[in-house]
Amino acid sequence: MPQVTYIEHDGTEHRVAVEEGLSVMRGAVDNGVPGIDADCGGQCACATCHVFVDEAWFAKTGDRGEQEESMLSFAAATQPNSRLSCQIEMTAELDGLVVRLPEAQH
Amino acid sequence: MNAPVNVDHEALARSLPLDKLDVSDPALFRDDVWMPYFRRLRQEDPVHHTAESLFGPHWSITKYNDIMKAELAHKTLSSDSSYGGITIRDRPADLRLPMFIAMDPPQHDEQRKAVQPIVAPGNLAKLEGVIRERVCRILDGLPRGETFNWVDHVSIELTVQMLATLFDFPFEDRRKLSYWSDRATAFPMPGGIIETEEQREEVFAECLAYFTNLWNERVNAEPRPDLVSMLAHAEATRNMTPREFLGNLILLIVGGNDTTRNSISGGVLFLDQNPGEFAKLRANPGLIETMVPEIIRYQTPLSHMRRTAVADTEIGGKLIRKGEKVVMWYISGNRDEEAIEEPDHFIIDRKRPRQHLSFGFGIHRCVGNRLAEMQLKILWEEILARFPRIEVVGEPQRIYSSFVHGITDLPVRIPAN
Repeated sequence: MPQVTYIEHDGTEHRVAVEEGLSVMRGAVDNGVPGIDADCGGQCACATCHVFVDEAWFAKTGDRGEQEESMLSFAAATQPNSRLSCQIEMTAELDGLVVRLPEAQH
Repeated sequence: MNAPVNVDHEALARSLPLDKLDVSDPALFRDDVWMPYFRRLRQEDPVHHTAESLFGPHWSITKYNDIMKAELAHKTLSSDSSYGGITIRDRPADLRLPMFIAMDPPQHDEQRKAVQPIVAPGNLAKLEGVIRERVCRILDGLPRGETFNWVDHVSIELTVQMLATLFDFPFEDRRKLSYWSDRATAFPMPGGIIETEEQREEVFAECLAYFTNLWNERVNAEPRPDLVSMLAHAEATRNMTPREFLGNLILLIVGGNDTTRNSISGGVLFLDQNPGEFAKLRANPGLIETMVPEIIRYQTPLSHMRRTAVADTEIGGKLIRKGEKVVMWYISGNRDEEAIEEPDHFIIDRKRPRQHLSFGFGIHRCVGNRLAEMQLKILWEEILARFPRIEVVGEPQRIYSSFVHGITDLPVRIPAN
């Protein structure tokens, strides 16, 4: 299974295997990685699974959709590499993906 | 009050013809008998049309997933105050109140972003110490061994103190905030706190005059991190009309007041009704983290949000026509057994407690949600550190409203020792 590294705001790293087809959000929530709240459960209806995608991986995660763009615009401390992790689907090409978590989800 | 006594609501909810079923009746919430009526709709007619009600014809959306769908359909289901805004009750056309929650993009987005930084994670961290200090002071001042109203002594006091801080509002006048808030949402009726719309407008005028002074003081000063200064300086809000300023003030006052207040009261009530859960909490105070969102779900401090269709749209197999009023009943979606396990039970250690509708979803999702959770979390940490129990010693009194789902009186007693 492809691996994802989640780096908490304080620098703590979690390396997790995430099944292909699942979202990067789901990989965190199902494996108890703290720092991703995912209040809406993956419907792109809040912005509480916000992550910063490592620059080396950003292009490979695809483009933000319209709804994602809109929800992200209400998140705190967004950066050009911000994504909602429920909208990134795991694929073999994303094996090794690195995402960093914000100070808090809002 | 002329509430019918001895009515078997379970039986009535089952036997009423569907076309006579009207879940918008404020008495259902005042009398705390709303549950069986919504259950029937979720089972038999989840997207339900009511032809006649106190609020005119409207659609009721009662299931979790349909509500989520409606929340995301902001292009076809408008929040704009010109169509009637976000509550089931239409205000008279000449008295409508523009406010950002009752706007559509792009104006909604711009105005919301003007105030949003006040509840961003960095600012919340700064507020935590202030909140804890106040919670401690309020709890330490409570009477012991005698009956008092928890709503007035704790729920209102704590929320108005918080609001006063966010607005940098004169602290000694803070109860004006709850006075305005209660009157902004009250259903006008003889003998009520608001009897007519004219009377409500008088209260609004007083609120606007008070805040206009604060605005004038701050607009010429350096920008500061309080809500009035932020509104006075932000590009999107600095040229608001007085009516728009009033609308946004009412939004922020009601949003920061009624909601947290009623979750604070609800939590005390639910733990009293569920001694097993209270025992779990005592044994493991770490459960406060998951209990807080569960309190907010179980109370659902705002029963609904309303939209107006600006194009024909389909939800749950029903065709909703352009111009029709659509009510998303959060209070029902939060009890939907297909979305939440054992939804009628108050369970403080749920696995995904934040998956509830009380804050709404989509672009209008509650901006202050994490602040509300933080206030409740600190309150319960400090309650556990002090009181072995809080006994509810009388029937709670509830508000006559199908919008604010609230408690006005909660008689409690904290054992003397």
